[in-house]
Amino acid sequence: MTATITPFDSGALAGTGADEPLLRIRDLVKEFPIRAGVFRRQVGAVQAVSGVNLDLYPNETLGVVGESGCGKSTLGRSLLRLVEPTSGSVMFGNEDVTAASKGRLRELRRDLQMVFQDPYASLNPRLPIRDIIGEPMVIHGVSKSEARERVGELLTRVGLLPEHGNRYPHEFSGGQRQRIGIARSLALRPKVIILDEPVSALDVSIQAQVLNLLDEIQAEYNLSFMFIAHDLSVVRHTSDRVAVMYLGRIAEVADKDVLYESPAHPYTQSLLSAVPVADPRRERSRKRIILQGDVPSPANPPAGCRFHPRCPVAQDKCMTDTPELVDIGAGHQVSCHFPLLSGETLLQRLGDMGREAAISVKS
Amino acid sequence: MSDALLTVDHLNVGFATKAGVVQAATDISFEIHPGEVLAVVGESGSGKSVTALALMRLHPGNTIVTGDVRFEGRDLLNMSDRDMRAIRGNDIAMIFQDPMTAMNPVFSVGDQIVETIRVHDSSVSKQDAWTKSVDLLKLVGVPEPKQRASQYPHEYSGGMRQRAMIAMAIANDPKLLIADEPTTALDVTVQAQVMEVLHEVQAETGSAMMLITHDLGLVAGSADRVQVMYASRLMETGTIDQIFYESRNPYTMALLDSIPDVDGLKHELHPIPGNPPSLLNPPSGCAFRPRCSFATDVCSTEVPSRVKVGDQHESRCARTDELQTSVGVSS
Ligand SMILES: Nc1ncnc2c1ncn2[C@@H]1O[C@H](COP(=O)(O)OP(=O)(O)O)[C@@H](O)[C@H]1O
Ligand SMILES: Nc1ncnc2c1ncn2[C@@H]1O[C@H](COP(=O)(O)OP(=O)(O)O)[C@@H](O)[C@H]1O
Ligand code: SF4
Ligand SMILES: [Mg+2]
Ligand SMILES: [Mg+2]
Repeated sequence: MTATITPFDSGALAGTGADEPLLRIRDLVKEFPIRAGVFRRQVGAVQAVSGVNLDLYPNETLGVVGESGCGKSTLGRSLLRLVEPTSGSVMFGNEDVTAASKGRLRELRRDLQMVFQDPYASLNPRLPIRDIIGEPMVIHGVSKSEARERVGELLTRVGLLPEHGNRYPHEFSGGQRQRIGIARSLALRPKVIILDEPVSALDVSIQAQVLNLLDEIQAEYNLSFMFIAHDLSVVRHTSDRVAVMYLGRIAEVADKDVLYESPAHPYTQSLLSAVPVADPRRERSRKRIILQGDVPSPANPPAGCRFHPRCPVAQDKCMTDTPELVDIGAGHQVSCHFPLLSGETLLQRLGDMGREAAISVKS
Repeated sequence: MSDALLTVDHLNVGFATKAGVVQAATDISFEIHPGEVLAVVGESGSGKSVTALALMRLHPGNTIVTGDVRFEGRDLLNMSDRDMRAIRGNDIAMIFQDPMTAMNPVFSVGDQIVETIRVHDSSVSKQDAWTKSVDLLKLVGVPEPKQRASQYPHEYSGGMRQRAMIAMAIANDPKLLIADEPTTALDVTVQAQVMEVLHEVQAETGSAMMLITHDLGLVAGSADRVQVMYASRLMETGTIDQIFYESRNPYTMALLDSIPDVDGLKHELHPIPGNPPSLLNPPSGCAFRPRCSFATDVCSTEVPSRVKVGDQHESRCARTDELQTSVGVSS
């Protein structure tokens, strides 16, 4: 039996050089209708994802961060058409995933897989682990005996034992269930895995186990990850590039270190400044910008820049004109009319604008 | 340290279940001093909430509680229900992760604060209590407090509801606030707002706070002292600097080693192997022993006792004397 799981050979991907994106997301929109009344008439729409452009490159981890409700999961699910996008395209190589037939979509899911946040809800409680992991293989025509053998290998690979295949999801801890979800996503040797908050439900000591496992399998299987999370520390640790979302739109994309060290979007700077660090000395020396107000509802997003009602440096233009996502150099993209460039900080800008008083700064 | 506001001595909390006794808090002893912030940190299921609920006598019926809890010298575990009720919400107030557990959905937020005020001092007129509740909402940063006071909890966003609960909690100027994961359900920008409100309120009223959280970042930025819980026990207690920079406990060290850093100062994460133990059937000796890289034979036979390792600093580990390491990201 040649059931060993060989790493995917990225050179075999026809026509793609190293710098060609594997996945190209263009103008992606997802609106959920809001219905009301006896006739369930549509009275509005939740604008969950509003014109997202993003690329995912081979072997990279693209982090997607943002606060709850900003559209991260909807974006991830739209890529696999677990929710149907309203408009836009998702190019996988030369093929538009959004235009694929049902049958073709099933084939595409060999290459595009997803791991969900909640390891409890995402595994069928009535199936033994062996079937949960083996099912996608059997659907895709792998023989039962081969599938069984591969399940054993996958379980071993994610740090469990082959005999765990006979057990049911409830017999496992949260971290172990997440390992099972990862094993299942690997079963068809995909090229891309969308990880939607894969460690958010886990305690920190277990989080680190799963993050390290993901790191290892990415290298072994030459995987591209889209790593969706709200925890900025976790995203910094795992990602090569990071996209920041706010209310359905991409606020900023950059290489990880650029994004964390010289963020250009006022939202990115405020978000990073709000993250508590587990280091009392750094906490004491930090100036924290505290954004006012709550995130507005995506059912009724603000005109112009969606961040403008909370943006401490907004100007008139921000209320009316929607900023485009533009390149400010070396793949660093930002959608802001007045980005913070060359190391300018939000605090400096506030000072220059005479607006220090308008915002709460905790030091 | 006789000036403690709250003294907890050998507190044990067990739940009688069909499967046996779940020992959720074991031999817990600590003090809270006036005006200080004591953080209780630990992973889920370590016994943080159970400890707080037991000392407030808010635990469910099947609970076995032993030990001694004193608030300003008064014996909380043995006082009458009536006296305990007077202490709750008056001297000690609680803030929960989910504000809806503390709020009544059918009364306006203002009316609930009025009720809280008047239950403890019926001589306050409704009018005055309403004025005070509007002031309190203003203090915690609820915009347009006059109008918002007449609204119902469901009309508030998550962050606003948490502010309203803080307003309710401080209505009677408590000396101690127990905040159990007050910002865990909130986004990071809103968390920063709520923590700021908590600190302002605390500065204004001079109350002490017991801040229960699983977030070491929040601890580092908010607390004076910390106690680290694992599998129902206090593993280490100290000032934030002692815990973050001079920890003498393998669990604390391992926990700090396992978290990523937003400033990118950590290149490798060191997970703690395995899982926390069952509290129904805890391992013999030190509960952390099966996951501990320092464990030796003695760890499986003896429950480590509290070792004083410095002023205000205590650790429960058989090898405390040998551990002189400092861990975490130093700067
Ligand atoms: N199936 C759905 N029907 C209606 N609204 C939805 C649905 N799924 C998500 N939404 C809404 O879309 C917005 C984005 O949600 P989501 O993508 O889950 O955000 P995130 O993952 O960033 O927290 C939210 O306002 C959410 O309530
Ligand atoms: N009413 C109960 N009956 C039985 N076990 C309980 C009960 N409440 C809590 N526990 C158990 O006590 C332990 C400690 O819980 P808790 O204090 O809520 O943990 P945390 O540190 O996450 O706040 C957990 O293992 C929990 O399952
Ligand atoms: S476009 Fe205007 S409102 Fe939006 S982030 Fe930039 S400055 Fe702020
Ligand atoms: Mg989500
Ligand atoms: Mg709890």
